[in-house]
Amino acid sequence: MSQQKKNLSHLGINRELQKKMFYSMLRIRRVQERIDQEYLNDQMKTPVHLCVGQEAIAVGACEAIEQTDYISSNHRGHGHYLAKGGNLKKLIAELHCKSTGCSGGFGGSMHIIDTSVGHLGSSSIVGGGIPLGTGMALASKMKNNGRVSVVFFGDGAADEGVLYESINFAILRKLPVIFILENNKWAVCSPVTTRQTSKNIFHRTDQDLLLTADINGNDIAQVYKTMVQAVNRARSGEGPSFIECDTYRILGHAGCETQDPKGYRELNEINEWKEKCPIKSLKQELMNNGFLENNEIEHLESMIKDEIDDAFAYAVNSPLPSAEDLHGSLFSE
Amino acid sequence: MPWSRIKTDYIEPDFYGKEITGQRRLTYSESLNEALSQALEIDSSVFVMGQGVDDPSGMFGSTKNLQEKYGAKRVFDTPLAETALTGIAAGAAMAGMKPVYFHNRPDFLYLALDQLANHAAKWSYMFAGKVSVPLVIWACIGRGWGSGAQHSQALQGLFMHIPGLKLVMPSTCYDTKGLMLTAIKDPNPVIIIDHRMNYRNQGYVPEKMYTIPFGKGVKRRNGSDVTVVAISHMVTDSLLAAEELYQEEKIDVEIIDPRTLCPLDEELILASVLKTGRLVIVDMGWKTGGVSAEIASLVVEKGFSSLKAPIKRVTCPDLPTPSGYTLEDVFYIDKNQIKKAVVEAVLG
Ligand SMILES: Cc1ncc(C[n+]2csc(CCOP(=O)(O)OP(=O)(O)O)c2C)c(N)n1
Repeated sequence: MSQQKKNLSHLGINRELQKKMFYSMLRIRRVQERIDQEYLNDQMKTPVHLCVGQEAIAVGACEAIEQTDYISSNHRGHGHYLAKGGNLKKLIAELHCKSTGCSGGFGGSMHIIDTSVGHLGSSSIVGGGIPLGTGMALASKMKNNGRVSVVFFGDGAADEGVLYESINFAILRKLPVIFILENNKWAVCSPVTTRQTSKNIFHRTDQDLLLTADINGNDIAQVYKTMVQAVNRARSGEGPSFIECDTYRILGHAGCETQDPKGYRELNEINEWKEKCPIKSLKQELMNNGFLENNEIEHLESMIKDEIDDAFAYAVNSPLPSAEDLHGSLFSE
Repeated sequence: MPWSRIKTDYIEPDFYGKEITGQRRLTYSESLNEALSQALEIDSSVFVMGQGVDDPSGMFGSTKNLQEKYGAKRVFDTPLAETALTGIAAGAAMAGMKPVYFHNRPDFLYLALDQLANHAAKWSYMFAGKVSVPLVIWACIGRGWGSGAQHSQALQGLFMHIPGLKLVMPSTCYDTKGLMLTAIKDPNPVIIIDHRMNYRNQGYVPEKMYTIPFGKGVKRRNGSDVTVVAISHMVTDSLLAAEELYQEEKIDVEIIDPRTLCPLDEELILASVLKTGRLVIVDMGWKTGGVSAEIASLVVEKGFSSLKAPIKRVTCPDLPTPSGYTLEDVFYIDKNQIKKAVVEAVLG
């Protein structure tokens, strides 16, 4: 598997991988859309942060790593979770606050986990997952187990000083960690331009110390290729990378689309970015090259729909935690 | 697992003065150093980090020579970045390591609070026990020589308030080793708040590895008139006070050292108050909303009928620590304040 991925870095991305990534992005998109549609039914009593428009980053990054590698995620984490291979039923059950949820109903939308695929939990403190992911890379380095760690965070998190501290340490210790800044232009209703004066300072770092890239995060080929480079670098002990992905948050900050307050951003801006949809562009490319047919897409859509229906049914039919569960696992045994 | 072979041992055979001939005596720092060294020896997932752990003085001697013995990969100095390094330690712990992160002073832990309180302390609960965080944080309260407002804070009350953190405050050479080993073995975040004055102690320390169960306090002095619950090095001052009170006033003081504040040995405290009917709590932290307030509430809630007199608390005043020595003298508590409080508790 890793051999195959390595070869791809020389060959470019092959058709199978492209189709796999198309499917994976489409699946994340459809899951987000279903959550959005169902949200006002009040069955998911948890603040959801949807990642519509940003799927290429999660998928492109996670396709370049192995199941045993780690990711560290944030409040807008459904895409990271699914791209890494997290269990869909358990995600939807968690959104329904059920005992069968990935966090047993103790976490909710912002605190999801699937340790079986290297997802050790997401933080809803902006920037909080950055040092944790860095620490997982420290563990990999100390154990010499070859695992890399990928840290996803937003432009809001890049305001936080902990990013500076973490990258400094990652460089010092040549840690196998890849920092992925998803610059979606907004932190709630604050545009990045009112919070940061110029491009992130890490783009100016010596490339030997920190591989940096500033890429179109809606172009999955770019995300994947840059990641392969960063992963190779990490696995060969050369140290960390910092990849800024230009993207956009299509839906509101939290909740469903209709709950997004009006007036803080231009409709034009949203529409322009809808045109730059990463799924649409990959679909075009695949279809233009004759690699994907309409009936194949229909088939994928119906598979995904069935899977989502199943996941929602599973969630709805699952038991809720009860009073006896309250004390839960405050401490591990 | 290397840790399953280590025996639990909580009877300290020798405490303050009662020297047993032929027994090995160590200084406080030697004892802690031995615990760390043995843990590094038996478990390759253990590592020691912190600003200055490789200094010649090595955390008041506690981490001395560990880097020479175990290498710079496992014992290393850190950048002055307490927020990230706490998160990095926690992340490494989630991924299977056992970090021990040293800080000279608890004051610096304010910078680490996000990662301690929002992350390490909550990870097990928030994810239904799917991931544990076996992280040890150690910091040592300073006192005197003008340490002042930002180098002498006793923050145990703050940490005791946060669910998901275990909180340890040793007072003897024997305990500092055993409790450190228990902390490293424990799969949860553990904060050890030590005190600079404990470093004056010497005592019997077995060479073998041993752990001390969390939540088991000890009776440091048997007495019948009044219970004194004393935290960390306040145990030493309370013992001095008790001996003098016995000589001077024939007041017989029982001294309880909880050793860990979370979990807290409620039974031991309640049983002692049931016997004596009186309680004085001695803690060098602040009074309001702190450790002494918590222990007092515990006894009021669960042992009210045992009480023959109001509870007394001996704590530092609710002020930042002043630096000048004349002000320090009045700010800090010692055996005299303890004696006064005990007399008031007994005689009303
Ligand atoms: C430390 C902290 N400050 C503020 C918040 C409130 N908050 C939640 S999400 C968010 C915006 C984060 O923006 P960004 O990191 O760009 O991620 P995005 O939501 O755009 O994906 C804010 C301010 C928080 N959760 N944590």
